[in-house]
Order: sequence, then C-alpha cells, then structure tokens
Amino acid sequence: MAVFPRRRQAIVIATVVGLALSATACGDDSGSGSGNGSSAECSAFEKYSGNDGKKVTIYASIRDTEADLLEQSWESFTDCTGIEIDYEGSGEFEAQLQVRVDGGNAPDIAFIPQPGLLATFANAGKLKAAPADTKASAEANYPADWLKYSTVNGTFYGAPLGSNVKSFVWYSPKTFQEKGYTVPKTWDELIALSNKIADSGEKPWCAGIESGDATGWPATDWLEDLMLRTQTPEVYDQWVTHQIPFNDPKVATALDKAGEILKSDKFVNAGFGPVKSISTTSFQEAGLPILDDKCYLHRQASFYANQWPQGTKVAEDGDVFAFYFPAVDPSKGEPVLAAGEFTVAFADRPEVQAVQNYLATPEYANSRAKLGNWVSGNRGADINNFSNPIDKLSVQILQDQSKVLRFDGSDLMPSAVGAGTLWRGMVDWINGKDTASVLSSVESSWK
Amino acid sequence: MDFADISPKLTVLVYGLVAFAVVVGGLLLLLDVVPTYFARRRERQLIAVAAGDVPAPPSGRLRKPREFGYAFFFLLPVVVLLLIGLVVPVVRTLVLSLKNGDGSEWVGLSNYGWLFSNGDILNVLWNSLLWVVLVPLVATTVGLLYAVMVDRARFEAVAKSLIFLPMAISFVGASIIWRFVYAYRGEGQDQIGLLNQIVVWLGGTPQQWLLESPLNTLLLIVVMVWIQAGFAMVILSAAIKAIPGDIVEAARLDGVTAWQMFWRITLPSIRPALIVVIVAITVATMKIFDIVRTMTNGNYDTNVIALEMYNQAFRYQETGQGSALAVFLFILVIPIVIFQIRNLRRQREG
Repeated sequence: MAVFPRRRQAIVIATVVGLALSATACGDDSGSGSGNGSSAECSAFEKYSGNDGKKVTIYASIRDTEADLLEQSWESFTDCTGIEIDYEGSGEFEAQLQVRVDGGNAPDIAFIPQPGLLATFANAGKLKAAPADTKASAEANYPADWLKYSTVNGTFYGAPLGSNVKSFVWYSPKTFQEKGYTVPKTWDELIALSNKIADSGEKPWCAGIESGDATGWPATDWLEDLMLRTQTPEVYDQWVTHQIPFNDPKVATALDKAGEILKSDKFVNAGFGPVKSISTTSFQEAGLPILDDKCYLHRQASFYANQWPQGTKVAEDGDVFAFYFPAVDPSKGEPVLAAGEFTVAFADRPEVQAVQNYLATPEYANSRAKLGNWVSGNRGADINNFSNPIDKLSVQILQDQSKVLRFDGSDLMPSAVGAGTLWRGMVDWINGKDTASVLSSVESSWK
Repeated sequence: MDFADISPKLTVLVYGLVAFAVVVGGLLLLLDVVPTYFARRRERQLIAVAAGDVPAPPSGRLRKPREFGYAFFFLLPVVVLLLIGLVVPVVRTLVLSLKNGDGSEWVGLSNYGWLFSNGDILNVLWNSLLWVVLVPLVATTVGLLYAVMVDRARFEAVAKSLIFLPMAISFVGASIIWRFVYAYRGEGQDQIGLLNQIVVWLGGTPQQWLLESPLNTLLLIVVMVWIQAGFAMVILSAAIKAIPGDIVEAARLDGVTAWQMFWRITLPSIRPALIVVIVAITVATMKIFDIVRTMTNGNYDTNVIALEMYNQAFRYQETGQGSALAVFLFILVIPIVIFQIRNLRRQREG
C-alpha cells in the first residue's frame, strides 16, 4: 500500500505528459496537409496551385453548423491546392476584428457583413485591394450596384460571399388557404389583408426586435424597407450616406409608414401582447406564433428559415413560407433590401489571393450551395444547386435583373449610428417615443 | 466535442503551467540566492576585517547605495508589471481621450464636453450614481442585518450558505436567471416570469418590468444586491465573531438592550470590516457592466458608464469618447482608493 500513492502519481504524470505529447503530435499532423486529392477532381484548381503547405487564416462572424458547412465547402480546394485554411468564427466579430487589427494580429481574410466597417478599415489603409481575378469574377457575376458596397474611393476590396434577402414576409400557406387569404401584391393589399384579419378579432402581425446587444436591428430593416418603398433608390442612397439629414421629412414618412403596422395595437403584437412587447420579444421567437395560428404575418429576412422548429416544412405548400414584402407602387419597380458578407483581405500573399480568387468564383458559390442553407447573389451560380425552397426564392430575387437591389442601410452607416443610436432609437420608437424626436436624436449623433 | 478539438487548448494549458512554474520558481530561486550571496560576501568581508587583512569598509557611505540596489532589485518585477499593466494603459487612455474617434486628430477637451452635454450620457451618469449609492448601502445593510440575526442561531451554517450561494453565480448567469423572473407574456397567456405570475395570482395585470424607467434600474440593482449581500454577510459575520468575548460580557453585565448592544458594541467593533465591505462593493458597482448588458443592453434608460464606455470604444469605434468615459470612471474611483489607503494607514498606526 505504501507505494500506491506514488504509483498513482506516476500514472497521472505519465497521462499528462502523454496527452501533451499526443496533442503536439496532432498539431503537427494537421499542419502538413499537402496536395493529395485525385488529379481529375483537382484539375479545376490548377490555377491556384503553387502554394502547397501555406496557411491562410480567415476570421468571420459565422459560427456553429454554418461554419462547419463553410469549412466543408472549400475542402476540395484545400485538398487539391495544399493551402491550409484556418477558419475562426466569433460572436464578437465586429469588436474583436478591430482589436486584432489594431494589435497587429489581423487575420489574412475576413468576411465583413458591414460595408461601413469595411470602409473604416479601407480608409485606415489596413485592407489590401482585391486581386485582378477576384475583381473580374465579381464584375462578371454581380450587379454593379452591389459591388459599390466594397469599393472605397475607387478601389475594389473584395467580392460578395453569402447574401440574404430581407424583404420577406413570413406566413403560413396552410392557414392562408384554410381562411381564404391571398398573398398580397401591393402595400394596399397588405394593409387590406391586415385589416381583414384584425376585423376577425385577431392580431395579424407579430414582431420582435430583442437581440441581446444588437437589440433594435430588426426594426431598422423595417425602416430601410419602407425607405425603399416610399422613396426612390437614389433617395435611399443619399440617406445612408448622410447627404440628406436623418430627420428629413422623407425619412419621417417612411418611419410613419412602418408605424402604420408596428405601432398599431390593432395589428401587433400577435401572440405576445401590446405594441411595447415588440421590444422585449427576441427576434428568434417573434415569428413562431405563426405555427399556432396566433399570428399571420411576420416580416423577417430569408435566414429566419433556420428559426423554425425541426420538422416544420418551409415551402410554398408547407407549414410556413415567405412572400416578397410588397412595393407601395409596383409599377415604379420592386426594390429589394438585402445584406451579405464581403471577402476582404488584410494580406496580399499569393496563397491569400488564391483563396480570395476562389471564393469569388461561381464554382465556389455552387460548391457551397450544394451543401444547403445558403443564399448567394452570384449570377453565375446554378439555381438548381439551391435545394431549400426559401433559398431558391431568395436566389431568384437576387438574380432577377429587374429588381432594384439595395444593401441594408444600417450596415452602411458609421457604426456609432448604424449599430448604435439607430438601434437605440428604434427601441425608443417602439416604446412610444414619437418619430420626429427619434429621428432628430439619431441625426444629432451622426457626425 | 472530440479530443482533436480540445488538444490545442490542452497543449496551451500545459505550456502555461510550465511557464508559470519556471517564472515563479525562478523568482523564488533569485529571492533566495541573491540575498544569501550578499550576506555571504558581507560575512566574508567582516571575517577578513576581523582577521586584520583589509581595512574595514567605511560602512556609513557604502551601505546606502547597496540598499538602493536591494530595493531596486526587489521592486523591479512589481514596477515592470505595474508599468505594463497599469501606467502605460492609463497614459494611453488619457491621450486617446483627447483625440477623435480613430485617434488621428487632437480634439482637446471636446470628448469631455460631450460627456457632460449629451442627454443620453447624462442619463448614463445618473444611472451610475443611482447604482453606486444604492448597491453598497442596501447590500451592506442586508448583509449586516442577516449576519447579526443568524449569529449563533440554530441553523446558522445553513442560513448563511443560502445567502452566500448567489456569490458563486456569475453576473451573466444571475442576470439570465433574473431576466426570467421579470419575463413578460401578454395578458391571458401563461406567464413564464415569476414576478408576473405572482402579480396575476394577486389579480393584477402582467407588467413589462424592464421597460419602465426608473423602476427598471432598481430591478437591475436588486440583482446586484442579491449577489453582493452574501459577500457582505460573510465578512461581517466573521468580524462579529471576532469581537472579544469580554467586551460583550461586560456590556451584558451593564445590562444593555439588544438595540444598545448593536449600536454601541457590535457596530463600533466591526467598523474596519464594514468599511472594507462598503469600499469593495462600491468599486465593484462602479465597474458594473455584465448585468446591464445581459438584461437590457442599456436600453430603456438603464445604461451605465462601463457599458457605454465599451460600446463607444469597441462597437461604435469612437475611441476618443470611450476613453473619456474610462478616464471619468477612473477619476471617480480615485477618492475611494485614497480613503481606503488612509483608513488602512490609520489602522496600522492605531
């Protein structure tokens, strides 16, 4: 018995050392991934060759399952070229990217979802201009309007990656059929439908803008969508670049139009309570009452498809689906509010540019699309690769050349406004503050 | 999670432990070796002097520089760490607070002007004041009363651990728990929040507790008090137990009432502990961030300095304004620290 404690100690030490050794061994192993894919499969990647064994770091806000799919989508690229992609997703992406760049620890590539933030880094001279191949590929596959968002002072910094369409209203096709409601094609029809549902004694709309430290953003989408619908796309561009003041009467018109729904106790907040409950309802659960027939309409982006509980059929003939948030006057064109990430680089080593070039191609878009749960505005992508009905609808809208595409305005504004006072302002607005004073307080914060 | 995922972290852990052992071991070794070396040398000199080989060193003049050397040697690690960890950041923050958002231009004191003129920020300052006044006061009072009441009671240990348990919960965890307590569901629906359920049982209508200012700030303060009262209780209870038995006995013989006992004996005896508790809670409250961020994210007029500082500096990229808030917070803490140091010094003298 006397030796026992010592022996146990020895075992513990041996285990720890063993673990440490095997850990370092694992580390070495993954570091030397070399071109080992079959040659036929790899012929498509030949133009990226010559970077075997090099490492590229990517930093973005995409996490969990989405991140796994992302890593899967470039697997054949890394296998064939031997370039190792070290991907890291963070929930604190926006704040941490700034810290990392300031600290001299910038990632090689970042997927930035806010053109405003992209411009900040570009103006600070931190970003590298996109390589010529990326530019050519992007110009061939995306509308010029969209590429403006990653162009700062005439320099193009990166191609779009994923996208999502925000101008959607979620509804239950099943319930609509049962009750004889039809999908509205104009704003007036939408209001008429809302009134019809309200007259039957139920609230038509559900909404929620609580989102942790980003509380308020879903309401900014309403404002942007209605800016596009009540004003021209040109006015929208002036608004997001502060060429017209934030408290311009045109903005007030748009916000009041949103208020026709969001601030009407007759219309909201189905399944949750009065208007004010919008600000404490999380955006994730805001649309769920649709499943219990407690709510009929919920305006939210295409990515809301991921929020439905497992087993919910998201399709035109299923439990839930979305229709295009109608234009006030469809004859003047149908505006689409969208968002998405841009692939920008903080380094210009050949392997980094190879990755950047690859991610800009329709081939990559197809590779990612096949894995599901993704939307791309890349016009070279094959629509048949998008299996999910809502993704398909989004891609159709994005590829439709007749639609007027605009980026989420709050992501274009300086973060102090677009991710600060505007969010806070929308929360105050929902809580009863009047349109004029909300808009003036946002205006006063925009320097 | 499989092993491949954690192995890099494990490696880091092992490296970290090794580095820690090397640094601490090295320091201990140095602390042991260096003074011994000097002591030996001095000893040898003394022996040499005693043997009459060399003339005695003129002690008065030489000792001073050597003592400086000693002091310097022992202070060096502390000074270096303080420089890197405290002095440099403070100076840098001060400099940044005089610059604009991205640190490219000098703007003088305009960030401080903004601090005291912007309506939203003034609201932030008022909220912080409310926190700093109420939390130490309420938490300490609750902790003290509880400590006095359960002192030498039958189930003292159990009663004390009940109140001390929240201390073990992180601020974010506590905030999530309390957010459920305050949760709201529309009238006629099943309430998921404890508070609203109680209101409904009593025949009232459910309220959106976290929306109404200034009630919401008070409700957030409750969370902080819930966490900190345990800390106050444990320290004060220990202090009460340390009151010398003869004083208590003497007071009893003089026939004090419980009231007199508390004000004349207990309170004066535990004064130093009381001050430590109040100071510690005050400093913790000034830095309060997690509870507000988790529960309301500073919306509905509940914002406080530390959260706004973070938002300005890291989310809005307004480093200048963020730094100004940080400096302001720093200045607020200074008097408390001075008070604490004076207090400690007085104690040592007395």
